Amino acid sequence: MTFHGAIHRWCIAVCLTLASLAPCIGHAQIAVPPLAGHVTDLTGTLTQEQKSALEQSLAAFEARKGTQLAVLLVPTTLPEAVEQYALRVAEQWKLGRKKVDDGVILLVAKDDRTVRIEVGYGLEGALSDIVSKRIISETILPRFKQGDFYGGVQAGTTRIMQVVDGESLPAVQGSSPRGADQSLRQFVPFLFIVALGVGGVLRKVLGKVGGSMVTGVLVTGLAWLVIGTLLYAILAGLASMFVTLIGAGAALRGVGGYSGGARGGWGNGGFQGGGGGFGGGGASGRW
Amino acid sequence: MRKLLIFILSVVALGLSGCGYNTFQSTDEQIKASWAEVLNQYQRRADLIPNLVSTVKGEATFEQDTLVKVVDARAKATSIQASPELVNDPAAFQKFQQAQGELTGALSRLLVVSENYPNLKANQAFRDLQAQLEGTENRITVARNRYIKAVQDYNVTVRSFPSNITAMVFGYKEKANFTVENEKEIAKPPAVSFDKTPPAPLGAASGVAK
Repeated sequence: MTFHGAIHRWCIAVCLTLASLAPCIGHAQIAVPPLAGHVTDLTGTLTQEQKSALEQSLAAFEARKGTQLAVLLVPTTLPEAVEQYALRVAEQWKLGRKKVDDGVILLVAKDDRTVRIEVGYGLEGALSDIVSKRIISETILPRFKQGDFYGGVQAGTTRIMQVVDGESLPAVQGSSPRGADQSLRQFVPFLFIVALGVGGVLRKVLGKVGGSMVTGVLVTGLAWLVIGTLLYAILAGLASMFVTLIGAGAALRGVGGYSGGARGGWGNGGFQGGGGGFGGGGASGRW
Repeated sequence: MRKLLIFILSVVALGLSGCGYNTFQSTDEQIKASWAEVLNQYQRRADLIPNLVSTVKGEATFEQDTLVKVVDARAKATSIQASPELVNDPAAFQKFQQAQGELTGALSRLLVVSENYPNLKANQAFRDLQAQLEGTENRITVARNRYIKAVQDYNVTVRSFPSNITAMVFGYKEKANFTVENEKEIAKPPAVSFDKTPPAPLGAASGVAK
């Protein structure tokens, strides 16, 4: 391979990266709304009381069973099929607990007249395709056909909750601390070693301040290369600069306190997905 | 001296991950996992078909031609040994993909045709099977998309700088991916005619569907 070829490919790689950063320019897909509560109604079909009644029963169910069940009403999913859109919603919202994968989404596309129950991996046994299909065709669709959207959603979610109740799932635990980003955690020891080694050498050569600054810049560059996130890289760089500045020994004594204090702080009250996985299970129907 | 050694070691370690070696390992594992899921779902579909065939056969007037095509396509698709190594053999991969594509086409044709048979549509067993098959087809789509994405990640790593040097040193090659060219043709919706076709003689199907 020629040097020119390598440069060429590198440029293409940069372009590809930039292209992937640009959020779906040119795609006319319907955007997935942010997850704000158990019930998201973009059609204005449900009244405020109906929404809060649903929200209450779904939140109570999550508190009791741990399963995250959310309802989403959109006008349309076109140009995508309801299945594709539902999966995108599932991948973005990440409902259900991590590893348990007990998330469920009830999606209604009102103008398309389609409805889908998207089931997380962990519930595919209880809420199988057959059961989901029956809930749709026996409980939800008859009410939707009469224009009773609240009744359909309400009865549908009730039946889903009944089915999930029959499944033994891990008990609900207190809000577990979400771990730091996996890729970051993987490289923390590396960066620490580099900061200590490089910092120690540079401190001797360039003096305290100069050495620590050069170390900070070096570690930032390396971290950026490895992790790929500039924010984390700068944080790592600042940390290593600080470590070098005060000396390795003092920093090591301080680490115990730091890692202890890093826990917590994630426990805000808002509704968010627990990291559950989806694989396209469930069923769809139209009226 | 010791500090220098630590320095060199960490630079080597970082250099290795910077060259994408770790990326190759993790994306390769990702490909294997998503390929396993694709096979898993294809298998599930193949397992559901005998039930579907026996249910549909209960409907005496059902178009035998459509039924026979599904049975044949299933036999063809399951005769190909689907091993994880298939991913590294473009020709075998192509054949496997084509057979599964034909089965997809034959099955969707059967489900469309079944719309013409009110008895079948009212049959709960048939409706359950239909729900399962629809679900499986959807899972196949999802699994295939995830596989495509995983292979894409891997292939981009193989070709982009500086990890392409690592790929050359370790002999990593681009992996085969799904294409949709011929499947589009296969999955074309059949022309459904509304005049009653005379039922084909049952003997024609009994030799194939057992």
